[in-house]
Amino acid sequence: MELTTEPQKRHTLSVLVDNRPGVLARVTTLISGRGFNIDSLSVAETMEPDVSLITLIVSGSPKIINQIIKQIRKLINVIKVTDLTQMDYVERQLVMVRVRTIDENRAEIMRLCEIFRGKVIDVSPKSFTLEITGGESKLRAVLALLDQFGIEELVSTGLTAIARSAPPKK
Amino acid sequence: MTTLSGAEILIECWKKEGVEVIFGYPGAATVDIHHHLENSGLKFILTRHEQAAVHAADGYARSTGRPGVVLVTSGPGATNTVTGLGGANMDSVPVLVFSGQVGRMLIGNDAFQEVDIVGVTRPVTKHNYLVMSTSELAQTVKEAFYVATSGRPGAVLVDLPKDVLAGQAEFDYPRKIHLRAYQPHLTPHPRQVQKAVKLLKSAKKPIIYAGGGVISSGADEELRKLAELLTIPVTNTLMGLGGFPGTHELSLGMLGMHGLYRANMAIQSADLILAVGARFDDRVTGALASFAPEAGIIHIDVDTTSIDKVLSVDVPLVADARQALKAILEALGPVPDYDQSGRRQWLEKIANWNAKFPLTYDRTFRDGIKPQAVIEAIYRLTSGKAVIVTEVGQHQMWAAQYYIYQSPRQFITSGGLGVMGFGLPAALGVLVARPGSTVIDISGDGSFLMNVQELTTAVEEKLPVKIAILNNGCLGMVRQWQELFYSRRYAATLLKHEPDFVKLAEAFGAKGLRASSFDEVEPVIVEALNSPGPVVMDFRVCPEELVYPMVPGGKGLDEMILHRPEEPPA
Repeated sequence: MELTTEPQKRHTLSVLVDNRPGVLARVTTLISGRGFNIDSLSVAETMEPDVSLITLIVSGSPKIINQIIKQIRKLINVIKVTDLTQMDYVERQLVMVRVRTIDENRAEIMRLCEIFRGKVIDVSPKSFTLEITGGESKLRAVLALLDQFGIEELVSTGLTAIARSAPPKK
Repeated sequence: MTTLSGAEILIECWKKEGVEVIFGYPGAATVDIHHHLENSGLKFILTRHEQAAVHAADGYARSTGRPGVVLVTSGPGATNTVTGLGGANMDSVPVLVFSGQVGRMLIGNDAFQEVDIVGVTRPVTKHNYLVMSTSELAQTVKEAFYVATSGRPGAVLVDLPKDVLAGQAEFDYPRKIHLRAYQPHLTPHPRQVQKAVKLLKSAKKPIIYAGGGVISSGADEELRKLAELLTIPVTNTLMGLGGFPGTHELSLGMLGMHGLYRANMAIQSADLILAVGARFDDRVTGALASFAPEAGIIHIDVDTTSIDKVLSVDVPLVADARQALKAILEALGPVPDYDQSGRRQWLEKIANWNAKFPLTYDRTFRDGIKPQAVIEAIYRLTSGKAVIVTEVGQHQMWAAQYYIYQSPRQFITSGGLGVMGFGLPAALGVLVARPGSTVIDISGDGSFLMNVQELTTAVEEKLPVKIAILNNGCLGMVRQWQELFYSRRYAATLLKHEPDFVKLAEAFGAKGLRASSFDEVEPVIVEALNSPGPVVMDFRVCPEELVYPMVPGGKGLDEMILHRPEEPPA
């Protein structure tokens, strides 16, 4: 396949798999083996304990994404692959961030946290730890604002996503 | 229910699956299995390298359609199977490798002969397993056979820790298997069949492009019926040779990089391509931008990922090739209506291409041996009925061009991965599967040395393989590229020192024969065919002979080089 100049687009793929050792590795090596980066990844059990859901974000041209989806579908342990980008969906990510504080800005940081519907989950004399969930753009905005006070440490989950209504049958 | 050890369970599972022979090499991690295998009634063939064991099982599978089974030890035993697994998997051959593993408590501890073989082989297998308890073993083996042989067949590895093999469990072989996440799609969609039929009837210049899927699904009869019913010419891929009778008047021979002029020109001029069990490999299509510019495409493949991977197709038919062709035949009815006079013109056009540039070489040449002449002599002297196995390189292409294959599973070659050293062990696998048949490994002096140790296996197991080395003193296919595209700088391709292949054969206990002149070719072949055991034939062929036609990299199929350029390229 030629290295394409086609427009790259981010795709959020929802991959339902058997909850067994090695399945995540099968999915990720398939993508990395073709030289593509996984921008974000999250995995958790579903309501059925023997089934897991992998949500991953990859960028590529439509042709490449299409091929990646088919290749993932071909894996023996993969039950279903949905490209959420093709439908109406909601995505969320959880960020925990420790911000340096001084007496003068604590109130302002708390207000900011409230505006973005975050939570203060730990308080120490010189810092707050906040928990914020949201889509990518919201998180980018809030982190930019918090950065002016000084971010000491930041951890984040991968994005996870859900379709707004049951996906249409094909 | 009886309680058995893991090793005994494994052997019972093999019996339930109808396995008759296992290829492999023992080691500390598998000694328990060999202990029980000895009195099991199953045959074990000891190859002299694990890679060869996989190729032998692969040859066995390709010649029968039944899965080939391999047993190797942990660590290096397992890593040596990687090339074999990759080759079988790329060519959709059902091969199962059972590898020993260190005990469960030692996994991950850098134990002696430990390697994460499931991790290593993940990209070269259809699927693989690490069995973590004796009670799961039977279920896993059942699943492994099912996955290897169903849908698009492929290679599967099952890794067996030593203590799982030593542990005890009740043996209960599952009769059926249901995998929620794996259900191959075998029956064609009726609406797509109708679309295909409509296109097939209205096409003016149709061509069938048939690949290995025709052979693995057993669709050769249906393919012939369809071609004859609508008078459609058929070109085969390297993997598809034998899937359509090579002497049939509708047969165009192989297409692609070293395909026949008429086949490539027909593809480029066709208005409809029916692709059956083929995947538009880069060695077939040449430059994609100029591939079959006027053609609509119907694509039958059991593997969804093959469809729209390389080219976008007009009618995708995800199905088993045989079932799809059956459905098309049924929908066409016994006397379909199509433009018969148009078809005559199309076939005439193709015949004219062939008259203009037939597949040929200098047949009058007597100052040495042309490699093509050796293939033609083998064809004559075996009445076209031998099973031909090849290594990889120029000899492989000549074997594809100059031996005419009439039936499926008659031509066995490493296509997708292109594994030098495949032929000799694969030929042994064919002989194990089909005792008494004439099996010839067409080889090169480069490839032959890649698994030459298997001459020992041939002699020991009394497998009368006939090896025809087209000895040109160089790594010919790469040398060909150097001559044509790399200003004749023959870097790393001239084999300055080679063993005496006749003496080498004799040292192994096989027969060695040599032909250095044209007149010696036939007598050597006759003697080899009449000898009871393995024979190595050393044909000293002209090193400057190149494989033509050739589509250079990045060129379209109609831009073939047809013969040696008059002047050396700059």
